[in-house]
Amino acid sequence: MPINYYILLSVALFCIGIIGVLTRRNAIIIFMCIELMLNAVNLLLVAFSKMHHLKNVANAMAGSDGQLFVFFIMVVAAAEVSVGLAIIVMMYRNIHSVDINFLNRLKH
Amino acid sequence: MKNALQLAYLVPLFPLIGFLIIGLGRKYLSKSLTGIIGSGVILASFLVSVWIFIQIKDDNSGVVDYFNFISAGDLKIPFAFQLDALSSLFLLIITGVGFLIHVYSASYMHHESEQHFARYFSYLNLFVFSMLLLVMGANFVILFIGWEGVGLCSYLLIGYWFKNTEYNYAARKAFVMNRIGDLAFLIAIFWIFSKSGSVSFDEVFAFAKDSTKGFTTGDITAITILLFIGATGKSAQIPLYTWLPDAMAGPTPVSALIHAATMVTAGIYMIARSNVLYSLAPTTQHIVAYIGLATALLAATIALKQNDIKKVLAYSTVSQLGFMFLALGVGAYTAAVFHVMTHAFFKALLFLGSGSVIHAMGGDQDIRNMGGLRKKLKTTAFTFLIGCIAIAGIFPFSGFFSKDAILLGAFLHEKDGVVLYAIALFTALLTAFYMFRLYFVTFTGKFRGTHDQEHHLHESPWLMTIPLIILAVLSFVGGWINIPEVFPFGGEKLTEFLLPVIAKHEEIPVSHLTEYLLMGLSTVLILVTILFAWVRFKNYRAKEETGFGKVLENKWYVDELYDKIIANPLNRFAGFLNNIFERYIIDGVVNGVGKAVNYSSRQLRLLQSGQVGSYVLLMVISILILLLYEFFIKK
Repeated sequence: MPINYYILLSVALFCIGIIGVLTRRNAIIIFMCIELMLNAVNLLLVAFSKMHHLKNVANAMAGSDGQLFVFFIMVVAAAEVSVGLAIIVMMYRNIHSVDINFLNRLKH
Repeated sequence: MKNALQLAYLVPLFPLIGFLIIGLGRKYLSKSLTGIIGSGVILASFLVSVWIFIQIKDDNSGVVDYFNFISAGDLKIPFAFQLDALSSLFLLIITGVGFLIHVYSASYMHHESEQHFARYFSYLNLFVFSMLLLVMGANFVILFIGWEGVGLCSYLLIGYWFKNTEYNYAARKAFVMNRIGDLAFLIAIFWIFSKSGSVSFDEVFAFAKDSTKGFTTGDITAITILLFIGATGKSAQIPLYTWLPDAMAGPTPVSALIHAATMVTAGIYMIARSNVLYSLAPTTQHIVAYIGLATALLAATIALKQNDIKKVLAYSTVSQLGFMFLALGVGAYTAAVFHVMTHAFFKALLFLGSGSVIHAMGGDQDIRNMGGLRKKLKTTAFTFLIGCIAIAGIFPFSGFFSKDAILLGAFLHEKDGVVLYAIALFTALLTAFYMFRLYFVTFTGKFRGTHDQEHHLHESPWLMTIPLIILAVLSFVGGWINIPEVFPFGGEKLTEFLLPVIAKHEEIPVSHLTEYLLMGLSTVLILVTILFAWVRFKNYRAKEETGFGKVLENKWYVDELYDKIIANPLNRFAGFLNNIFERYIIDGVVNGVGKAVNYSSRQLRLLQSGQVGSYVLLMVISILILLLYEFFIKK
């Protein structure tokens, strides 16, 4: 499959993520959208990695660093999810809502 | 040679030590101790000066280098003293006459309280110190330090009675007038340095004389004019002379010191010292000569109608200084220096004599209240008479020789010698007239003061009369050191002595007959003038001045003119700046900046809404802009 499809797919996913972050007020959905953006990038990395490898078949290690990045991103994302969800839980406990527009009190 | 003159630093050091001791210990020293220290240190420097003079007479002149004063890049200014004929002569005048004035002061100021007495003496010592520094400095910078020093000291001493507002104004006037001249002098120094790369006299003069390098005509004219403006401030010439008569606000011995030994001779000294530069700038010489002559004439006319004994003497000083500048302008530098010396003697004598009169009159300075003082103040009257004869210039008193040298110099001026001579002679006649008017009005006729004053009249104590007698002797014999060749025993010793510093300018041959004629003419005319003054003023009665006399009595309204055209516009301008510019423009800018920051921050605050969504939106937009910039605009 040509690389174009992968790129278009990941751009689409990324844009969905951005639009979701911008338009939604529910913290959990925003969170999911951020994950979506991360994974769009992951997809792109993997796609480029594969493409790179196919061009340099002779070198067994060619393009493997892209895949490594993806693993790291997934690990970090998992950690971030645990922290983020914990924050959302705390937020719900305090204000009985996960609407981010309630979180504007730093202004005052 | 170096070793012999190395000790020259003692000359200014003694007065400095005196200043410090008296100034710091003014609360603890008794009056007599203050007087002894104050006069003693000057006597000590006088003795060292005599010794230096003898050394220099034996051809031991030179520059004594002490240490590097300023060293920055190309600029190297050594702290060095120039010890040659000219400076040693001035040293003798300053310390010699200065010493007599100190001794006189010790008695004259005795009614002051201890602390003020000491303050007075410390200023006096500082004054002498500054003047010595001025005269001894081997470069323009050291000279300038002394120059500023005498300016400061004159301010302090003129305003000595600081509780009187008028006196403070007089002091301030002196300071401001001097400042104007100082600025020009400073610019001249910068100019000299930028062109010649040095400020030392020897190097600058060698540079100026060097035919390959040298200053351009424009440069040297500008430099000499700027130096001359400096000198007009210090030596009270048109247009900056008005401070000197007002300087009479100070105690009388201070006036004597300012007028005779220190301060006003500084300008003459500076120009005589830079005679090499002036000889190269004929345009400036003309200006100097005419300014000097105009000042001499103007001040002499004013002196005709003054009624304050010190004011007459003050204007006479301005007039005599004009004579000296005339001499400098026509290239007769030696005559100018000679006149500085004789003038120091008789002017100190006249001022101290007037101090003695004022002392006897209980502080009254108005000659309309005096008269007939000759009977009560015998010594004062006699010495004062000698001073008057000397300043009028009658053979063989000192003034005759120096004034004659100046008149001859003017007469020999190549372009308009006869005009210069005629005006100068006329001024000399005026001098004789107003001086003898002063003498006759003060010392002859009937006493016109109150009964109390008449009762109070007495001769001053010996501490005051002895300096008078010494100065009278000097006024009599002081001219004999430069008797012109036409007389027996003549030979212009002073000219010969000053030759290393002041090169003889080309002599225009003048026959002895002409010289005799000129001398005879001036002497006869002066005698006639004195006779006329005697007839008119032997039985003087005060009357209101009218017409032209009133103009003269009011000093040609020059002070009023200056007030009108300079002081008042400046005051108004300052008022405008204070009330309008300061309040609306400066404050407006400062407050405006504050207000603008306040307003804009209040507007910008609205961006900080606290809405996470808007922050994210801004972030996305910014990233988009950055990306667009990165891909499409940046090359």
